[in-house]
Amino acid sequence: MCNFHMGDYDIIVVGAGHAGCEAALAAARMGAETLLLSINLEAVAMMPCNPSIGGTGKGHLVREIDALGGEMGINIDKTFIQSRMLNTAKGQAVYSLRAQADKHQYHLEMKKTIEKQPNLDLKQGEVVSLIVENDTVKGVEMKTGAVYMARAVILATGTFLNGKIFIGHSVFASGPNGLAPSVELAENLRGLGLPMRRFKTGTPARCLGTSLDYSKMTEQKGDAQIQPFSFMNDELDKEQVSCWLTYTNEETHRIIRENFSRSALFGGQIEGVGPRYCPSIEDKVNRFADKKRHQTFIEPEGLDTDEMYIQGMSTSLPEDVQYDFYRTIPGLENLKIVRPAYAIEYDCIDPLGLKLNLESRKISMLFCAGQFNGSSGYEEAASQGIMAGINAVLAINGKEPFILDRSEAYIGVLIDDLVTKGTMEPYRIMTSRAEYRLVLRQDNADLRLTEKSYRIGLATKERYDNLLRKRQLVEQERIRLENTKVSKDVINPLLEKWGTSPVSGSVSLLELMKRPQVTYDKLSVIDTDRVYMPKHAADHLEVQIKYEGYIRKQMSQIERFKRLEDKRLDQNFAYEEVDGLRLEAVEKLNRFKPNSIGQASRISGVSPADINVLLIHLEKLRRNRNGN
Amino acid sequence: MEDTIAAVATAYGEGGIGIIRISGPGAERILSEVFVPASGNIEARKFTYGHIVDEDKTVDEVMAVIMHGPKTYTCEDVAEINCHGGIIPLKKTLELVLSKGARLAEPGEFTKRAFLNGRLDLSQAEAVIDLIKARTDRTFDVALKQLDGSYSESIVKIRNKLVDILVNVTVNIDYPDEDIEVITYEKLKSDLCDVKKSISSLISSAERGRILREGIKVSIIGKPNVGKSSLMNALLQENRAIVTDIPGTTRDTIEEQMSIRGIPVILTDTAGIRNTDDKIEKIGIEKSKEAFNSADLIIYIIDGSRDIDEEDDEMLSYIGERKCIILINKSDIRNVVDDSYIIKYVPNASVIHASVINGEGISELENIFEEMFYGGEVSQSESMTVTNARHADLLKKADSCIDDALSMCEIMQPLEFIEVDINRSYELLGEIIGETVADDILNEVFSRFCLGK
Repeated sequence: MCNFHMGDYDIIVVGAGHAGCEAALAAARMGAETLLLSINLEAVAMMPCNPSIGGTGKGHLVREIDALGGEMGINIDKTFIQSRMLNTAKGQAVYSLRAQADKHQYHLEMKKTIEKQPNLDLKQGEVVSLIVENDTVKGVEMKTGAVYMARAVILATGTFLNGKIFIGHSVFASGPNGLAPSVELAENLRGLGLPMRRFKTGTPARCLGTSLDYSKMTEQKGDAQIQPFSFMNDELDKEQVSCWLTYTNEETHRIIRENFSRSALFGGQIEGVGPRYCPSIEDKVNRFADKKRHQTFIEPEGLDTDEMYIQGMSTSLPEDVQYDFYRTIPGLENLKIVRPAYAIEYDCIDPLGLKLNLESRKISMLFCAGQFNGSSGYEEAASQGIMAGINAVLAINGKEPFILDRSEAYIGVLIDDLVTKGTMEPYRIMTSRAEYRLVLRQDNADLRLTEKSYRIGLATKERYDNLLRKRQLVEQERIRLENTKVSKDVINPLLEKWGTSPVSGSVSLLELMKRPQVTYDKLSVIDTDRVYMPKHAADHLEVQIKYEGYIRKQMSQIERFKRLEDKRLDQNFAYEEVDGLRLEAVEKLNRFKPNSIGQASRISGVSPADINVLLIHLEKLRRNRNGN
Repeated sequence: MEDTIAAVATAYGEGGIGIIRISGPGAERILSEVFVPASGNIEARKFTYGHIVDEDKTVDEVMAVIMHGPKTYTCEDVAEINCHGGIIPLKKTLELVLSKGARLAEPGEFTKRAFLNGRLDLSQAEAVIDLIKARTDRTFDVALKQLDGSYSESIVKIRNKLVDILVNVTVNIDYPDEDIEVITYEKLKSDLCDVKKSISSLISSAERGRILREGIKVSIIGKPNVGKSSLMNALLQENRAIVTDIPGTTRDTIEEQMSIRGIPVILTDTAGIRNTDDKIEKIGIEKSKEAFNSADLIIYIIDGSRDIDEEDDEMLSYIGERKCIILINKSDIRNVVDDSYIIKYVPNASVIHASVINGEGISELENIFEEMFYGGEVSQSESMTVTNARHADLLKKADSCIDDALSMCEIMQPLEFIEVDINRSYELLGEIIGETVADDILNEVFSRFCLGK
């Protein structure tokens, strides 16, 4: 076939899922001429699995993407049909926002935003190979023979790459949701020597809402007071729809058990590794045999469709068995399936082959993001997408990479985990993966990240001004709370009601807020001089006051952590020349080429003693350079 | 900021005097919390007389000094306490310092800080690297050897309890929408109280264990039937044994704990060291070699009624320059052994003629031992004391984290804050048995709970 030149770009993004969209938007917004390619434009920002955005840890990621100037938060704010803040019974550090999306609207709105974005071209087409010269990527070649040249390429192929769907013993090549898979590119990447492997995930069936009996389920409504994802939206109000809770039973499990042999998962056809936190229903029944029931939420897929998502019930059992077992669930007795559940296997890269800026170690100017890097989830994908987009632009401009460390963002935890520790299963973020969870909250994502993003030219002036306003509001309010005293006559009756000890004399509102039983919200009845603050600002203020001691402790841990992160290691550092390093450590350090002593300390096989030896060696080098 | 470290900067046992060095940002505060100057105040860089006081109880009479960085050994704030009251007050003082927030220094850590902060020259840095290298090979080995099985088992058990708690907390935080049991403060408190009980009992047994297991290690060596066991018994009779059976010892070497003239001693009777083809005997000899190598002092017994043979020659040259007392036994029968012949091999040794069976020469032996100890010639190798202090320190810190968690439960604070204290306790206990945190909590979460999206 004859190839033909179709254009030159600064950056080409392969794949327009959640990673690809954020990557392309970030690159274009930073001024790079960007091309976003998708095998099918109906797949732009497609949600092929659950119809929700956010949740524990994931909600934090969305707020961080937003704080950096990404699109996911704004897009879900436009298109959500239910919103809930999870974990409000616990503390602000683990409050997590989750919204049900109208899937189709989500796709449409994202596509519109991309179409309107200056510097950004969106095109349909299948990339079949990378053009690589001297270990540097130069462009991509399309199935049609079209060639696009670029200074950097970002791979965000998701589950399309060499995708294979399993429904019972039926196995066929396919991308998600019946879309065409990307097979040739997979071969090309293996040929280029990238460390590839195979992961698996799955999705439950979709059924018709009109075939369900909701009277047998428990309704779960959205929050009365909606909290937006985006820091650009102070408040939002809209009609919400409900989700519905129901449970499996012994009969469900019996049917599943009797059909284990017809499951692709147990039939041995699937070679890919699936995530433990998102097991299929046959896996749950198998591994937790003594559990009498499993819960499932029935979630709407959108307002203009009657399709419902059967949460927690993904399976690779054949369609007839799917019917049989779903119909044993109360409320689902007459269910009609419109899309059967399936398991999907796909190619992805071993993320240990990436640097912290998400660039391939093997092929320079090749950046990677999303499920391609071994993660799972829309939010995880989008987080890497925006970071890959930013770093691709910085790289072509010869600037320092933009890296968030583990103390700055969940995004930093996510990427550091992937590229430093690697992952043996599709990686999902969780708040417990973050060492500094008390500081990495969703209420302060903008305070942590927006200024950084503004300085590299991504976050807009408007967003930056919002941040400054919040900082000022919080500071002023803190001072006001400190200076506002209430007398015991006013406060003691309330304190008694709230179950805490009375005060003698007068006391400041700030002092009162330090008590576990007293909240900012509760105090509003006697504090009438308040100026308006968005909820995230109030949450931030409250946690800073209430848990001052713990926050301070964590800040000092972070300071210690930072000192090792700040000790940079050269990419060409000759570890074999360091006296006292164990062989295993030399081997690992040479392979990983960590950016800093801190990163080195997290590589498995590098001991604390090795780190001490390295520290001393660095000091020696420094002195030699200084000539003493 | 670095944390504050402390350690005994001189070896134990040398006349009972020891210096405790504290370095780091908390040095001055810690000193002020443990040291009461006689004159009421302490001036920087001036040695000041006063007392170490623990809650109104005087621990020791000391001289102390505070020096502010950067003009100190480590370039940090450094405090030093010269203790005069012997081993026990020295250790108590160190414990007190650790309880005020200092961490026990790693071997070479003062020097490492000095170097990293810009002091010392490159050759000294090499020495630090050697120390660190040596530590990698040995420390956990030594530390673990000193833990008898039941001890590390108890730590593992406590940690398992903590894992149970942490897993529940994690699932509660990260899976709010799942069908799982909601953790209550009552349950959490009762679980934490269980853990606290276990840690406390370990702390008190560690205290007991320390007194029992510390002392100058004396190894009795000699060919079969020269009178090793008789010497052991003779010493035991005179110096009432504190304990007779120490777990972990093999049937081939017998360890006895006693105090000789008030000095704590661990006495090892060995099977003797010689070449043999007998398998079982070989094992015994390996044990003897171990005891020999780790001994602070060797008592080599020779049967004075017989001629010195090749085996004795070999053993004597093996002892070489080690601290040693040669005891020529059976003087009641006759003596055919020439002292000067022996001295050729072991120039530093003292030689005694004795008849152990008749109790002759025992008090001379004790005199020499006492002199060697107070003259600083023999002293306890540090490793065990340091290890024990480290364990006690870690146990106490783990315990106080549980206290913090409990009081947070009491006022019903959010789980994620309580988790911080529980997790820290888990980490601290892990340091005792050389296991640091890994992804074990998350692994447990997935294996115990059925979770899904």
